Amino acid sequence: MSTAAQPPPAGDLASPRRLVELVLRARTFGIVVVLGVFVLITALIQSRFVDGGNIRFILTQTSLYALVAVGEAMVILTRNVDLSVGSVVGLSAFVSANQFGAHHFPIFAVFLVGLGVGIVCGIANGAITAVGRVPSLVVTLAMLYIIRGVDTIVVGSGEVVASTEPNGFLAMPQATLLGIPDMALAVTVIVGIAAYYLSSFRSGRDLYAIGSDPDAARLAGIPIAKRVFMAFVISGALAGLAGVVWASQYATINSTAAGGLELQEVAAVVVGGVAIFGGSGSVVGAALGALLLQTITSALNTVGVSSLWTEAIAGFLLVLAITLDRGIQLRLSAALRRRRVRLGA
Amino acid sequence: MPERLRHLARWEAALAVALAAVFVLGVTSSSEFTSSYNLFTLCTNIGDIAIIALPMTLIVMVGEIDLSVASTLALSAETLGYLWGHGWPMAAILVVVIAIGGLAGAINGFLVTRVGLPSLAVTIGTLSLYRGLANVVLGPQTVSNYPTFFTNLGVENFPGVPFLSWSVVIFFVLAIITGVVLHKTPYGRSLKAIGLNREAALHAGIRVPRVKMGLFVLSGVVCALVGMLYTFELSSAGEGIAIGFELKVITIVLLGGVSIFGGVGTIAGVALAAFVYAGLHSVLLLSSSFNDNDFQVVSGGLLILSVLVPNLPSFAQRIREVMRRRAARNRASAGALERSA
Repeated sequence: MSTAAQPPPAGDLASPRRLVELVLRARTFGIVVVLGVFVLITALIQSRFVDGGNIRFILTQTSLYALVAVGEAMVILTRNVDLSVGSVVGLSAFVSANQFGAHHFPIFAVFLVGLGVGIVCGIANGAITAVGRVPSLVVTLAMLYIIRGVDTIVVGSGEVVASTEPNGFLAMPQATLLGIPDMALAVTVIVGIAAYYLSSFRSGRDLYAIGSDPDAARLAGIPIAKRVFMAFVISGALAGLAGVVWASQYATINSTAAGGLELQEVAAVVVGGVAIFGGSGSVVGAALGALLLQTITSALNTVGVSSLWTEAIAGFLLVLAITLDRGIQLRLSAALRRRRVRLGA
Repeated sequence: MPERLRHLARWEAALAVALAAVFVLGVTSSSEFTSSYNLFTLCTNIGDIAIIALPMTLIVMVGEIDLSVASTLALSAETLGYLWGHGWPMAAILVVVIAIGGLAGAINGFLVTRVGLPSLAVTIGTLSLYRGLANVVLGPQTVSNYPTFFTNLGVENFPGVPFLSWSVVIFFVLAIITGVVLHKTPYGRSLKAIGLNREAALHAGIRVPRVKMGLFVLSGVVCALVGMLYTFELSSAGEGIAIGFELKVITIVLLGGVSIFGGVGTIAGVALAAFVYAGLHSVLLLSSSFNDNDFQVVSGGLLILSVLVPNLPSFAQRIREVMRRRAARNRASAGALERSA
């Protein structure tokens, strides 16, 4: 049995692996092309779309969605899904921003509160899914409503209004460095860290292994429960941080904040090339998916299409993306099989 | 199989006990619980959801899921509002609404069976797509001038039975039909076969894609019809109608003992679960400290419990296994130490 575990000679696998990498890179590049085409067309119709202010606005909006998308991507990579992120963002936004008025917390402490709220929600999701071996779809769908219900109870009839929040907090979305919003830079750093972690750390690679074949991953000795639990905690933590970002962007927070966000996040992640079956994709793609969705929303507003269409378009893009990916996957595995036959393996 | 049947019998018996307990709790906690008015409210609250739970049961039975039910319902309700607002006759609207529901289900079914996509991903997408289209159809306006002949469906009880709503009567009729089809016909057996072992079902000559396609279309049509019924009960159709219904429907189905992995479950269980759920809702609403938001938490908790509890025996077994493996590893490492020494 020990011979089976040894890697086959490099020559046999080199070209198929290169093919897979090429296709995945082309998939990410495809989003960039679609993004470029969208921006170009919209700019031709309405040149205001590409002025500095609007681009900064889109980037600030995207940073919130991309932050949640990174965590969602890590969960989806393991062949799970986190549908509770919208409720986590909403709860975190209220609980954290409420600390300004209630206890006069400084800004960094408010971020810690948001992070804490997110981690607690993530632990609940992860524990029930990984330890209880319950499908994450059911768990996080239930948690979507449980957390939203808790949010409604906590908020009661009140809401957080801008006058209770410090000016420094509300000015955060406008802050820029060399013309780029600070938030976009911060989220880019987080995306970079997550991408490096997923590509270079053993526990990060494990997420891919679990997603592409859970049974094989178990036989390979990967601690599935631990890794899946961790993915949910990270997703919760990032959603918690995003809640504070939400609070700074919208200032007024009631119990319906960020409702339905989970659908846009799943759409962003899948449009960004993360396979809904898990095992393939990147957080960079997920962040680009979020950027694409926000750009499309903004472009539609710019050319005068009602924002009522946003939800329908997010759903359509999600269905389109999984259909395309399925096609790519079928072609790719057929191509790999042909090569394997040719190589006589 | 017998093991499974025994488990199911236990599950339904537990549900029956739970239903009795909820009833006793209701009677002892509030004198209003058994009033016709309260029971009628209970019935109107659960009827529509329970009806959608029937096709959902069949879909979960074959190992799929449909998260787009509430959005399909909303699309149908908003279309009804739009067309009625534009002076269409009700019969023509009925035809259009059924067609829309069928099409919505067919799109889900096509993507799942022909393109080969997971129903979870597809119906998360169409949940958003159909809801978005529903928002676009009617926009922010509300249509509410329906003839009383229809809106009476929501406020009048079934003739002769003061606490029975029309929706629950419709549910009972459909539940009996679905129950007979599922448990007493070859078609019903084939649904279970697909859920238990898709490959085996294929080799046994069951046209799996066609069966699944049919179920998604059925679900779409039923949701569309419930969309009309629900609109009449509210006597208006507007934005945000039936948001979150999919949670209630899935909660009832899984609480009813249907396995999320497919192949196991009964209509009787689902019907019992519907009334346990409705009864609990009613009991909690009657106690003054509870409102609908609190019930959202209870509802989510019930959903988690209904999938967690069947896992408990295997959970205990797993713990034992881990202990045994750990002991074995300790022995092995002790052995290795001896050898190396």
